[in-house]
Amino acid sequence: MGYTLNFNLIWRHFDKLWGGLLLSLELAVISIAIGIVIGLVLAVWYVSAGRVVRSIIAAYVEFIRNVPLILLVYLVFYGLPTVVDIAYSAPTSFVATLSLYSGAYLVEVFRSGLEAVPRGQLDAGKAIGLTPWQRLIHVRLPTMLRITLPALSNTFLSLFKDTSVASVISVPELTYGAQWINFNTFRIVEVYLVTTAMYLLTGYVLLFALRLVERRFRAAR
Amino acid sequence: MLGQIIYALPFLAEGFAVTLWVSLLVVVLSLVAGVVLGVGLVYGPAPVRWAVRIFSDTIRGIPILVLIFFVYYGLPAVGIHLQSFWAAVLALTLFKTAQVVEYLRGAVGSIPRGQSEAAMAIGLTFRQRLAYVIFPQAFRRFLPPWINGVTDAVKGSALVSLLGITDLMQAINQVIGRTYEAMPLYILGALVYFAVNYALSLASRRLEQRFAFIRE
Repeated sequence: MGYTLNFNLIWRHFDKLWGGLLLSLELAVISIAIGIVIGLVLAVWYVSAGRVVRSIIAAYVEFIRNVPLILLVYLVFYGLPTVVDIAYSAPTSFVATLSLYSGAYLVEVFRSGLEAVPRGQLDAGKAIGLTPWQRLIHVRLPTMLRITLPALSNTFLSLFKDTSVASVISVPELTYGAQWINFNTFRIVEVYLVTTAMYLLTGYVLLFALRLVERRFRAAR
Repeated sequence: MLGQIIYALPFLAEGFAVTLWVSLLVVVLSLVAGVVLGVGLVYGPAPVRWAVRIFSDTIRGIPILVLIFFVYYGLPAVGIHLQSFWAAVLALTLFKTAQVVEYLRGAVGSIPRGQSEAAMAIGLTFRQRLAYVIFPQAFRRFLPPWINGVTDAVKGSALVSLLGITDLMQAINQVIGRTYEAMPLYILGALVYFAVNYALSLASRRLEQRFAFIRE
């Protein structure tokens, strides 16, 4: 009994955590960027599509949302290459997985946002002679973004935390770095305290930045 | 191929039972802990409110995986020895408790103040106010997101495979280790998780529609 905190070994290997955090952020940013494209395209398609397309998009969304991320990560990294002739590194495989995963969550966010755009705005756009494409770019999407920003911030934050699952296929992100220090120095409590603080701080910084964006957009109204 | 998978089905079923057992324990334990802490957050004195807020924000701010490793590797280091199964249940319960706290806060917060004041005016004690006035109304707000959140417990339970617990996820990986039939088994696993979670989210949506008449 009696555990004495000693952070020296953590600081000596801090590059594992710091580099890991940067990689976590990188994985999150790339995956979210791809996810946003998937989400926007599918959401816009969904609200204007017929029954068949709708049910296909809904099937994608429901499937991804109801399966554990770790299983999807395994499936894409270990499963897919056995049936399709592709080869990719663990980080690429994870980005592909998290992109598909975030896409499914973002479709939902964007779809509900698009449906919340007041009809009057669309009619007004029609009345001043905008084409359907112009109405989408200048009326529906900006209004939708403003409506969905708070929900978007939460989704982004939770996707950032989901990058920790990349550690199960040995992508050296923050959680992996923490485990490395855990197994190699046995300063277990210290390393997870520091890791917790790093995830929390990064989360708060991200949240703060996103709140600024929200406020900026709200002022534009 | 099919033969090998059929041969492995009983083993996978055992893993699935572990997944359900972990999820059930987590859901029940976190419901109790979350409601207690949630009441503390809404009605407690300032120190209690602060403690619950810090607990909830910290837990919700870190990945579940980090929480699981922290509990699993950290507890023995400070002299607390739990079986890996219970360490996993504890970690997932902590995570889920923080969620329940927020559901409860949201649900209770949606009940107009006047209800509490009216209950006070007719002389109900704090416990009576909760039991007869606040909770019955807040329940309808609490239930749909809570049921939907049960899917998080089921999905999160797949992470306990990393601690060597033979849940469905780990059972699948072990069968793949023997048969090398990765894709069919992962898809089978995905379908099982999907069936459980989709049923839960459908139930949640049903209830939400059922309670849609509530308007502030």
